[in-house]
Amino acid sequence: MSLVNYATREITCKIVYYGPGRSGKTTNLHYIYGQVPEDRKGKMVSLATQTDRTLFFDFLPLDLGTISGFTTKFQLYTVPGQVYYQTTRKLVLQGADGVVFVADSQARQLEENIESFQDLHANLAEQGIDARAVPLVIQYNKQDLPRDLILTPAELNDALNFRGVPEFGADALHGPGVFETLRSISELVLKRLSQPVR
Amino acid sequence: MQVDPRHRFDNFIVGSANRLAVAAARAVAESPGAVYNPLFIYSSSGLGKTHLMGAIGNHVSSHASSVDIEYVSLDDFVEQLHAAIASGEGERFKQRYQRVDVLLIDDMQFLTGRRETQTELLRLLNAMQGSGRQIVMSSDRPPAEIADVDERLITRLAGGLIVDIGTPDFETRIAIMRAKCEERGVKFWPGVVEELGRLEFRNVRELQGALNRLIAFQTLGGEQIKPEDVLTVLGDLPEVKIANREGSARAPQANEFQSFLTDIASAVAQHVESWKARVAEAIAYWTGEGYRTAQLERLLQESAPPANWEAILRGFGATVERLKALEQQATEVDGALGGNEVFRDPERLRDAEILLDRALAGATPPPGPSAAFTRQGFEVSSSNQLAVRAADDIVAEPGKRYSPLFIHGPSGVGKTHLLNAIGNELVDGSGGATAVACVSAQVFMDELIEALQEGTVERWRARYRSADALLIDDVQFVAGKERTQEELFHVFNALHSEGKQLVFCSDRPPRELDGLEDRLRSRFEGGLVVEMQSPDRALREKLFARYLAATEHEPGPELLSYLAERPMASVREIIGTVNRLVAAADVAGAPLTLAVARAELDPELSASSRPATPAVVRAAADTFFLDDEKVVWEWTDASTRMMEELK
Repeated sequence: MSLVNYATREITCKIVYYGPGRSGKTTNLHYIYGQVPEDRKGKMVSLATQTDRTLFFDFLPLDLGTISGFTTKFQLYTVPGQVYYQTTRKLVLQGADGVVFVADSQARQLEENIESFQDLHANLAEQGIDARAVPLVIQYNKQDLPRDLILTPAELNDALNFRGVPEFGADALHGPGVFETLRSISELVLKRLSQPVR
Repeated sequence: MQVDPRHRFDNFIVGSANRLAVAAARAVAESPGAVYNPLFIYSSSGLGKTHLMGAIGNHVSSHASSVDIEYVSLDDFVEQLHAAIASGEGERFKQRYQRVDVLLIDDMQFLTGRRETQTELLRLLNAMQGSGRQIVMSSDRPPAEIADVDERLITRLAGGLIVDIGTPDFETRIAIMRAKCEERGVKFWPGVVEELGRLEFRNVRELQGALNRLIAFQTLGGEQIKPEDVLTVLGDLPEVKIANREGSARAPQANEFQSFLTDIASAVAQHVESWKARVAEAIAYWTGEGYRTAQLERLLQESAPPANWEAILRGFGATVERLKALEQQATEVDGALGGNEVFRDPERLRDAEILLDRALAGATPPPGPSAAFTRQGFEVSSSNQLAVRAADDIVAEPGKRYSPLFIHGPSGVGKTHLLNAIGNELVDGSGGATAVACVSAQVFMDELIEALQEGTVERWRARYRSADALLIDDVQFVAGKERTQEELFHVFNALHSEGKQLVFCSDRPPRELDGLEDRLRSRFEGGLVVEMQSPDRALREKLFARYLAATEHEPGPELLSYLAERPMASVREIIGTVNRLVAAADVAGAPLTLAVARAELDPELSASSRPATPAVVRAAADTFFLDDEKVVWEWTDASTRMMEELK
């Protein structure tokens, strides 16, 4: 997917929220959706199972209006976190302009985080994408949980953020950190606009 | 209304909440009319809209003194409009605003329900945008939220760039207050300004009010205010809300999405290459105007800005203007042509020109051949047969054999007749479908001069260019006439390249035409140059027979033979002679006989009646001798002849 379509004068950013199951990717999208004013609200598509787990993926289109002559649209996707939805994850990842890795800050979820993070890199590599070239932001979600249950962002950084990408502590359920994450990944993605065509 | 000179960019504090608005305002101030047009700034009251508008006005006027800037609040605009209408000067009002280069209108929200103002404004915006003049407007709400406003006006307002100014964040508030203190020459105890900055005011004006209160308190009380006193001093201000105090829970901001949007907008504005943004805006504008923009869209495919992209944008605008002019001209000739799609595609300018040419040419075709000159009526002999054969070939295959055909010869040998005959044959041969322009060079030139006077040269040119064949008589007249030659040169090329037939007549061959430009000469010579000579004896006889037959007089063979012997330079002379003889016969009241002719034409010879040359000799002479001088026409009498033989 091309980020800037000069012919139709559209900027379309596809941002994928990646991460292990139950880390809060859909919650991020729900919070964002809740903040969008009525007149700009697209339809959030959520394909969830009865137990509210993401079955296929969530899709949230954000119409940001016309900016500098370009109709700007953001498309936010989540992937199903469960290990067995590998194919869907690959599919959703295709053409992503940026990736938000939502990690579960709970100490007992560390292994899942690492596994999912490796899975992300493997999937990107499989699509012939250099993971270092893709804009990436990490969000350490559930930082609102009691201290003894979670790891601090610094500890999580040691385990996951070996590339030193921007990272944010968050409480996706109540909002803190959600927009900071979105803003950061958006700016990273847009920054690539001014870089030479790949 | 004057722009407040204190409203400048350099004293406008820029923070995240107004960064986009300031960037847009600066861009507009630096090149009015070229970027965001119209620029619509909205925010709640007291956040700096008026300051920004003033800054644009001041910046423009300080960089270009000749630019006409008008700053007006909508209320004033309405008032002026009403006053103008009441005093019958509505037209002057319109004219006044149409001269403005940069129009700044404040408080657009008061448009609500004012239909006539909306209409006037819509018209004004159209006119200004169309001519690339800048409009900046401000309001306390976005265009779509101004109630009861014409939908067309809303789309106009929204067509440029809409930016909002948010409430300043903590850092911006501090910066604003520090700047104010500096301006006022006031020094506060360290921490006072920061303490004030922690209070959330709805707008900068309230913030300034609070700051004024502190300043007043400090100056009047004569005591330095301490940070901890700030709340006490301001305590009873109703708008003061305490925020960001230590320990207060982080409440999610109500307008998180809005602030995200502002940040993204500035990121996009920063990262989309500005030239592409300009091109994209131009595309949006021209598409809105109903023009095809494929040319500009291709420009957007380029990865690097082409060196001449600005020229291309300007050129595109110019082409559109040209198309508009063409369309208007075409519509004047034929109303059905208005809105034709070739007038909407700058890449089909040539097609549009051709369409207009056709329309114009169809409206007034160039002069055609004279029906009086027919091919049947043209007598052929050895003196003109080459030219006639070439003419017949042309008629059989116009444009394919000899184009141009250049016929030269002395005056009155039938060039004009042949030229018109070719024209008539071309028209008849095609069943009238061929448009033949047949004109003398003199008329061609007179028409050009008239067209130059009336400014309709293009229409005139189009008439000739649309012809299927161009026949010009007496082309020697263009020699020395530069402009006519130039036009003829272009018409020649246009027709020749399309395989159309060209025929020229002149009294001299091209190489002998002094003052004829080489480019025309070489073109004339590039076809077939043929000469028509003075009529020979055979032709003279035929012509005399024909012209006398047309009168009441029946010419006898002797008379015909006598007349044919006489050298005649031209057909015209033959006709003249016939007229003279007929008149003489009429005067004498006798039929036209050899004697009458002799008496009229050779009065001195007719006295001594010499024997006529025997017809056999004459016939023989015509058959065997090509040179008249070698023939003995006048035989001596029988006795002299015998003496000769005896000798």
